Amino acid sequence: MVPTLWGRIQTRLFMLATVGAIITLLIVPVLPGSSGPLSERYLNGFLVLAAVGVLGIVWELIYHFLMQFRWEKDWPTLFGLLTLVPEGLVLYFLLRSGAVDVIDPVPPAAFWTHFTVVWVCIWLVTNGPMRVPFIRWRFRGGRVL
Amino acid sequence: MVAAAGIPMYDIPFLTVGGGMGSFVTLDYLRIYGVPTSQMRVVSNIDHPWQTYEFLTRCSQIPRGERIRSDSSSRPDNLWGFPSYALEEAWKEKKPSYLWQILTEPLLNDYWTPRAGTVFENLEREAKRINYWDMLVKGQVRMVRRRAGGGYFTVVTPPDGAAATKRIIFRSRFVHIAIGYPGLKFLPDLQEFRTKHGDYQHVVNAYEPHEQVYEFLKTRPGTVVIRGGGIVASRVLQRLFDDRERYGLQTQIIHIFRTFVSGSHGPHIWSRRKGGDGWAYQGFNYPKSVWGGQLKAQMRKLEGADRAKKYKQMGGTNTPYRRRWQEQMRAGRSGGYYHPVQGTVDRVEHGQDGRLVSYVRSSDGIVREPVSDYIIDCTGLEADIAEHRIFADLLQHGGAFRNPVGRLEVERHFEVKGTANGDGALYASGSATLGGYFPGVDTFLGLQIAAQEIADDLARRGFVKKMGPLRSTSQWFKWAFNSSV
Repeated sequence: MVPTLWGRIQTRLFMLATVGAIITLLIVPVLPGSSGPLSERYLNGFLVLAAVGVLGIVWELIYHFLMQFRWEKDWPTLFGLLTLVPEGLVLYFLLRSGAVDVIDPVPPAAFWTHFTVVWVCIWLVTNGPMRVPFIRWRFRGGRVL
Repeated sequence: MVAAAGIPMYDIPFLTVGGGMGSFVTLDYLRIYGVPTSQMRVVSNIDHPWQTYEFLTRCSQIPRGERIRSDSSSRPDNLWGFPSYALEEAWKEKKPSYLWQILTEPLLNDYWTPRAGTVFENLEREAKRINYWDMLVKGQVRMVRRRAGGGYFTVVTPPDGAAATKRIIFRSRFVHIAIGYPGLKFLPDLQEFRTKHGDYQHVVNAYEPHEQVYEFLKTRPGTVVIRGGGIVASRVLQRLFDDRERYGLQTQIIHIFRTFVSGSHGPHIWSRRKGGDGWAYQGFNYPKSVWGGQLKAQMRKLEGADRAKKYKQMGGTNTPYRRRWQEQMRAGRSGGYYHPVQGTVDRVEHGQDGRLVSYVRSSDGIVREPVSDYIIDCTGLEADIAEHRIFADLLQHGGAFRNPVGRLEVERHFEVKGTANGDGALYASGSATLGGYFPGVDTFLGLQIAAQEIADDLARRGFVKKMGPLRSTSQWFKWAFNSSV
């Protein structure tokens, strides 16, 4: 899928709400280094997911801008995977610094496991299986609606 | 009137004319959407949909074992494009390196592209699965005309002995035309030479069978002039280089570029294409975002001159940057047997020894007169649409007209503008529709995009039910298990 700006944002939010939510449901109870009641850990997990979504809109604007320097106006598969590094780091430091005070400080191991597993799963689904139920999605630059 | 003329007439709601890749992909979509074979026919003079494609790729030096220039997830046999060809080949051949290549393309590696054979084998599987041959009617279509009362008549000449009459007629509500390239286009100076001297052996088009060139070069050292800077030129060059290497040949190659690209080019930092050594480099026929990204979205909104301008901006002959080809050309330049030059050819004549002399004028005013044994025209399949009788008739009598780049003007859903008739509709896809709201028409994925638009339009008209996520998923499983739609 070669994204348009609106398609990028929609795909991100859609993926977080589906794949991201399912993975979070499955993974939160077994995340390393986390403690406290399960309900709080779930709440925190979903808030992290929401933060990836909100911050992600800004990221997508940046990616869209960078994409303009590419003749093909495409976004190679590998970029979609590697952007987990800057996005993860920025979010991690924001959370550690307490800038996002609705989210409790997350233990590093729990954060990175959760973040990486969700990211890789979304990346895998976006690069193939998504096209099975949604046949028009790839031709619309990633727009779901 | 038709009945009175004694011509047999058959009613069929959806008829596709052509029987090549465009017809196949459209039928595949409609079969998967849920249209039974009894509702559709394809009229064609070829036996299987990939026949012409395979002929052209083989002539232009892509036999089944070689790789075509097409994205891994553009699968005409699988409308979902999943699993991609790369996954399939990696699985079947136990080659994880393909996965690494597809992951790192086009950054650390060349684009991964499928083998021609992989494409054809899968097409055969899918054609069987959708009962393609139950829908095939052999024959030559003479014309498609609007009929009083809506829909269309399609006049067909069946093969000798196949029918009692010389013509048969189909009456349909919907007709789809996908007849491919109207013909080969030769460079004017080469056409003139061929006509004047009746020599079709030494001046050849790369899309014609021209194995005699390579065979001759195996028997004695020779010189070949290549014309053109696109994918076919790259392929032919590779063949010449490969043969040189494999058989220890002495072949000399003179490569004439009309437009010699010496580096990145484009008007703006946001629209600059890479290039060098004569070539403009691009992964596929069009910039990738044509099939779903930004360029597709932009073009969809443009009309008239603005659209033509956008086409011009992203157009131009180009070829992919492939590391193997770069190596071969580098070796050729340093070894003194590959000579790329810029120039336009005024004329071609026979020299005193009977060989071919090209009179090449460069933009700096220098005139060169290279002598060669063969000239291979690699400039393309770009004949005018009116050279095909069906289009000529549609333009003259059917209400169709040309788009800003001179081909057939179609709607965003690929209905041919000006040809609507009652509750019927006439669609076209493929190269004839280049210049429309969607640019990548003459590509695998472009044909699928067109087919989807057509299928969805047919759904709006009540011919079939629009395919949603549930049916799509269940149909995908049927595809995966190779069970009937």
